[in-house]
Amino acid sequence: MIRTPIREAAKLVFTRDLTLAWRRWDEVAQPLIFYVVVTTMFPLATTPDMSALREISGGVVWVAALLASLLALEALFRADVEDGTMEQWVLSGQPLGWLLLAKVAAHWVLTGLPLVVMSPIVGTGLGLPYDAWGVLMLSLLLGTGTLSVLGGIGAALTVGVRRGSVLLSLLVLPLAMPLLIFGARAVGMQMDGDSPAGPLQLLAAIFFMALSLGPIAMSAAIRISVEN
Amino acid sequence: MAFDGALFEAREINAWRGDRHILRDVSFSVRSGEFLKITGPNGVGKTTLLRVICGLLPAETGDMLWRGKPVRGHREEFNTELGYLGHLNSLKGDLTTRENLKFLAGLRQSLTSEVIDEMLDRVGILSRADLPARSLSAGQKRRLALARLLLADAALWILDEPVTNLDTAGIQLVEDLIVDHVQHGGIAIAAAHQRLLDDAPCLRRLELEP
Repeated sequence: MIRTPIREAAKLVFTRDLTLAWRRWDEVAQPLIFYVVVTTMFPLATTPDMSALREISGGVVWVAALLASLLALEALFRADVEDGTMEQWVLSGQPLGWLLLAKVAAHWVLTGLPLVVMSPIVGTGLGLPYDAWGVLMLSLLLGTGTLSVLGGIGAALTVGVRRGSVLLSLLVLPLAMPLLIFGARAVGMQMDGDSPAGPLQLLAAIFFMALSLGPIAMSAAIRISVEN
Repeated sequence: MAFDGALFEAREINAWRGDRHILRDVSFSVRSGEFLKITGPNGVGKTTLLRVICGLLPAETGDMLWRGKPVRGHREEFNTELGYLGHLNSLKGDLTTRENLKFLAGLRQSLTSEVIDEMLDRVGILSRADLPARSLSAGQKRRLALARLLLADAALWILDEPVTNLDTAGIQLVEDLIVDHVQHGGIAIAAAHQRLLDDAPCLRRLELEP
């Protein structure tokens, strides 16, 4: 028999999660529905005046996206830890960090990417101008990606804790604040006619830092969590 | 003899769970061709010992050696030769029997569908190959977990109550698999309450006392 190369192993984890999500699509769709509903409620609760909404549209879309991604995080590793799959991953002889990163990537495709794709539509509903679509999508692309990794670390730390969801929000939300600030700022600057390059570059820098250090932190946290 | 020269040694392992000192100076060694059965009353630390061997629980003091080399510091290398069957079957109810093997056992070895089917046939659940694992009976799930263990192609088997939920034929199957494994030079370490290979020549016992 041939040992599975790590690339193949990561692909197996990734496709497994997509297969599972396909069979449980109602759970996966929840963050997206939350996102659309929340952003739709804003004009109802504040004002239908498009010029007034336009001022806050970038921020509203960003806050909704942040909370929607957070919604799905708690369950990220729970099922795998509870049914013993995680033990087998730890013992598989494959680098655990890569397997977890593949899992987080699948999670992002299922919960983060739909938010990015949907954002021009919900943004338009809030009066977001067309020329800000690109910046909004790019900032959310980097932001939700970072959030999936940060959330992965938080979920890995809290998976062994009963009622870990409160703890998870407390852990992840402060770390997500820079994303929210730079993301919403980038959209705002684009709408004001300034170059959004600065905040976008900062978002990209945070994203790559999370991507490179995240797997190490996640695997260390999971090893502690399976000790129970 | 596929796993020649396999040798596992544990020296004076001490482990705590919370504030309970569960394992006190546990020492043993098993070599290629041997089956070590760990016995003792409930709560004596059989599972703890098995999890310490796997590295899923830390030992407070003590050393473990695999093929004469300390496991500490060579954990990844050791893991590639380790097959663990825990209390949990590590199955996904929403995946089919075949997919469960593909996605979990496939992490260790590249598997073709023929290999998977052959293994399902060996543990007697080939007819359930395309059903979701959640529809299997408890015994069939255990058989699926056994198939995963076999596909790991590991020299050292760590089995935690391997015959739980199995019928007479299933127990016979586990016994045959263990005998076959040790005859090929492998090592099996199992915690068991029930009769399991009690008269086999390869059997060695380790009695844990509270």
